[in-house]
Amino acid sequence: MIRRILVLGTVLAASGAFAADQPSVQLEPTNLRGPRPLAKQTETAVVHDYLQAWQGMAAAMDQNRPDLLDQDFVGEAREKLAATIAEQTKLGVHVHYQDRTHDIKIVFYSPDGLSIQLVDLIEYDEQVLDHGKVVAVQPVHVRYVAVLTPTEVQWKVRILQSEPL
Amino acid sequence: MIRIACIFACILSATALPAPGQDASLDVPKSVVAGTAFSIPAAGSGKATLYIAGPDGVLKRDVQLGQPIAIAASDLDDAGHYIAVLASDSSSQTAQFDVIAANQPASISFLARPSRLPVDLQNGITGAVYVFDSYGNLITSPVPVNFELSVASAPAQTRTVVTNLGAAWTGMNSATKEGNAKFMAQAGNVSATRVIEQVPGEPCGLKMSAQKVGDKLNLVTEPLRDCGGNAVSDGTIVTFTETWDGGQTTVDVPLKRDIAQAEVPAHMGARLSVATGVVMGNEIRWEGKE
Repeated sequence: MIRRILVLGTVLAASGAFAADQPSVQLEPTNLRGPRPLAKQTETAVVHDYLQAWQGMAAAMDQNRPDLLDQDFVGEAREKLAATIAEQTKLGVHVHYQDRTHDIKIVFYSPDGLSIQLVDLIEYDEQVLDHGKVVAVQPVHVRYVAVLTPTEVQWKVRILQSEPL
Repeated sequence: MIRIACIFACILSATALPAPGQDASLDVPKSVVAGTAFSIPAAGSGKATLYIAGPDGVLKRDVQLGQPIAIAASDLDDAGHYIAVLASDSSSQTAQFDVIAANQPASISFLARPSRLPVDLQNGITGAVYVFDSYGNLITSPVPVNFELSVASAPAQTRTVVTNLGAAWTGMNSATKEGNAKFMAQAGNVSATRVIEQVPGEPCGLKMSAQKVGDKLNLVTEPLRDCGGNAVSDGTIVTFTETWDGGQTTVDVPLKRDIAQAEVPAHMGARLSVATGVVMGNEIRWEGKE
């Protein structure tokens, strides 16, 4: 059974550039590895924060502003994305990501409660621009693996990595 | 008619970059191991620009068509999905490919909990591991991880768990004897060790005796041990209670060198009891001698 997350509007609409095109989101039933049960509130918060991270990443990549990553990313994920933005800036390139669909499944909640891993079958459009000129637009369908860790007030993405379908 | 078509074609080809969506396919390997060199064939003649872009990295390079484009090992070492675009004045070729993590573990993230726990607790110690390659990419293909919990006084506990999407976890029992345990996780040639302090559990068989000293009773426990025979930590609070007709006296004292002792007034017929935490000890009725 697939549940549909309906309550995403507030967060997603908050990022102005993408307000018109909110992704559709499906949440697969969790089939966790590990002994720790996942509370409903935790699941909701993790999915919410993960989707928000996509919006933050898209805005940061589109505007070449690494500071926009701070809200949603920590550690390795933040460093890698910031490095990409630095390179984009150097090359005069920026990339516009528009996520279309997410099909999310939480797969691992570590026994200590300090990390949650999810997989996301995602479809997005990637538009590459060189000094403002569109070089290419490509639809992408890929599987992402993300690891989120709790911070004071929210879950942040520590690992974000795609892998072949 | 043909002339009109030609004019349109010429106008289109004269634009700086070709219209997106009309791209030919670029011959790029479907997947490349992180940190591996590869080349992209570039047919045609003249100059073009190669773009490789994804959330994990971006490249832009002026290239000469007709020669393979060499992508050095150091150019793409972050695992992820990339699109490649070879754009010239007259054409545009695109492709998508994946950079995947190398299979050889180079680092692990090892979280062990708790850092301190009582002895003899089933699955009381847990460890979770994420395995990375030398470029910090999560190795999502299965990797065996060996967990080992060792203490000086007992054989080590070992488990081998194969990662699923880069993650593995295990639970271990704390030892029956107090002391530090080394909790190690190893994947390939890399390992990480955490120290877990195993402390005595709840006291087992709390027992006291009473002795009259002047007009007082000196209450003394036997050395406090947990059920595994480990001495209970000094500082553990022990509560002595004396109840007699018309009154009650309660004394809380910390355990010192395995025993606790206190003085209470010697009331004939008083009932004396001792407890620590949730553990109740013996009871004495004072009738002038124990």
